Amino acid sequence: MKPDELLTVDNLSATYKLPRGRQLTAVANVSFTVCKGETLGLVGESGCGKSTVGRSIMQLPPPTGGSVIFEGRDLASLDAEALRRTRTRLHMIFQDPISSLNPRRKVRDIVAEPMAIAGVGTAEERRRRVSIALESVSLDPDRVMDRRPHEFSGGQCQRIAIARALIMEPHLVVCDEPVSALDVSVRAQILNLLEDMKARYGLTLLFISHDLAVVKNISDRVAVMYLGRLCELAPSARLYEAPLHHYTAALMAAIPVMDPDRRRDPSRLLVGELPSPVNPPSGCRFRTRCPRAAARCAEIEPKWREAEPGHFVACHFPLGSST
Amino acid sequence: MTKASTALLEVTHLVTQFHTPHGMVRAVDGVSFSVQRGQTLGIVGESGSGKSVLARTIIGILANDGSPTTTGGIAFEGRDLLKLSEPEMRDVRGKDIAMVFQDPTSSLNPVKRIGAQIGEVLTRHLGLRCRAAEARSVELLASVGIPLPAERLHQYPHQLSGGMRQRVAIAIAIACEPKLLIADEPTTALDVTIQAQILDLLRRLQRAHNMAMILISHDLGVVAEHTDVVAVMYGGQMVERASTRSLFHSCRMPYTQALIRSAPSLPDPPHTRLRAISGRPPDMLHPPIGCRFNPRCDRATDVCRADQPALSPSDADGAHLYACWHPVGAGEVLP
Repeated sequence: MKPDELLTVDNLSATYKLPRGRQLTAVANVSFTVCKGETLGLVGESGCGKSTVGRSIMQLPPPTGGSVIFEGRDLASLDAEALRRTRTRLHMIFQDPISSLNPRRKVRDIVAEPMAIAGVGTAEERRRRVSIALESVSLDPDRVMDRRPHEFSGGQCQRIAIARALIMEPHLVVCDEPVSALDVSVRAQILNLLEDMKARYGLTLLFISHDLAVVKNISDRVAVMYLGRLCELAPSARLYEAPLHHYTAALMAAIPVMDPDRRRDPSRLLVGELPSPVNPPSGCRFRTRCPRAAARCAEIEPKWREAEPGHFVACHFPLGSST
Repeated sequence: MTKASTALLEVTHLVTQFHTPHGMVRAVDGVSFSVQRGQTLGIVGESGSGKSVLARTIIGILANDGSPTTTGGIAFEGRDLLKLSEPEMRDVRGKDIAMVFQDPTSSLNPVKRIGAQIGEVLTRHLGLRCRAAEARSVELLASVGIPLPAERLHQYPHQLSGGMRQRVAIAIAIACEPKLLIADEPTTALDVTIQAQILDLLRRLQRAHNMAMILISHDLGVVAEHTDVVAVMYGGQMVERASTRSLFHSCRMPYTQALIRSAPSLPDPPHTRLRAISGRPPDMLHPPIGCRFNPRCDRATDVCRADQPALSPSDADGAHLYACWHPVGAGEVLP
């Protein structure tokens, strides 16, 4: 492990039992690292397993295979007490800010809860830190502390959730679709806020989203998932400039462009739908929708390899190659 | 008034109000626009801007418990829909004007087979019976790109994916070849690759039947790619209306400009600072006095806080309208 690695996810798998002895493999063999101070984006369509990866890192629930090493310790090996102590340095922000906040509690208690769980600080100390945390997310502590979540808009609730995530000054924050439920005009505010918080607290972020434009904006490196597997991982700018995996290229081609003069060619659209994860295709999981699929793709699952320094891909026939 | 006689849909000074326990809410506040045959009008706005209420008012599916009241005019092929009785409106709805909703899971009946749900429309409006209705249903499902259409007739909505369900909803909507299709956030619940397929499908169907469409979306990219004319709504009012090209290249209303600028753009390098709009959408129980965007607008002056700007033309032919005292690109206060 390199000294600047904060989180190492190694061969992570998450399997769920289904009725009649069947199994659903939501995530299989996912490996990546997140370095200190970096933002890693994790992008994919619904059902690709990206949220499961986030939850597995948080041990909510622990993964069924592989390991999650945070600050040099395998989280699965920790007992409940040690895990609770580690969780002060590891936090999560969810998609729906309104349902992730307890509607019956006041903002001051919601934001102070991580301190209460960790048992740190006196009442006065907690109040002071709640106040600082709320100010840092541009909420007026005196006006919001004694109110409850239903009195706030979605954007404000997400600010409260961010204040709660930051109060223990965590080292890693897992953000699962933090702006997807927000209006366009509020989305940019929250994305800017996350960038500010990252600079101010020296945070490391794992940013999970289905929105490629958002992910590109906030991430240093981006990992693309499809049907429970990683298909590509590269520095953000590089991935968008020269994707190697056909799925990454198709995802980008599907994003509507805000320019009426540059309308897309419909023939480049991806055909078909996501296959069932209960019964995934053999070999490469993307082959049923891939324009480049060949016999080999059905037989052999492509290996995860470093095609160029820092640019990983799992494809037999990556884009830009002659074969 | 030659324009009015050719328009398929002519909405004038439409106001829809709701009586709520906290007071009166004007969800749609004096909106006027027209849609030509075969044309696509995009309506853009954030949640609460009144775009869905507008659509529901046009097609007449607001609650009829007396809480909403509507004034103004909705002329469809010259007939005022607001003056029709409910039985008369039922003949228009689903036949001449159809609607596709955001969430196909809740717009389809979960306990009826797909075939029965399409057949219902065909029997109601076209008088088709068993065999003929079934044959036409299969054709419709095939036309919206559903594989094995004959087998799907016997399935229930829950047996299909979200994208397939939305295709079924579209098949039902186009069953009677409507003259106007209202699509309210038709792809918001779908993944981007499926969104692209559905929007492409709508475009092809529209061309094939010369169908007019109102495409409601909060996604400016979707609107830029799929519409001819765009109307921007804010706080229940229409604040700008222009051809799609004109809107995206030379918008006049600061809100439109702020919306376009606030979205992350794919060509920008990582960590480009986003130009966020401060504040949040207005509280419709107590909308701001004057221009509704004024508390969030960096051009706002005293006149914006006192008087509401009217929709006024930006160019000589009056195709580009905006409501602003200090429009983008003008720089000086208009009289």
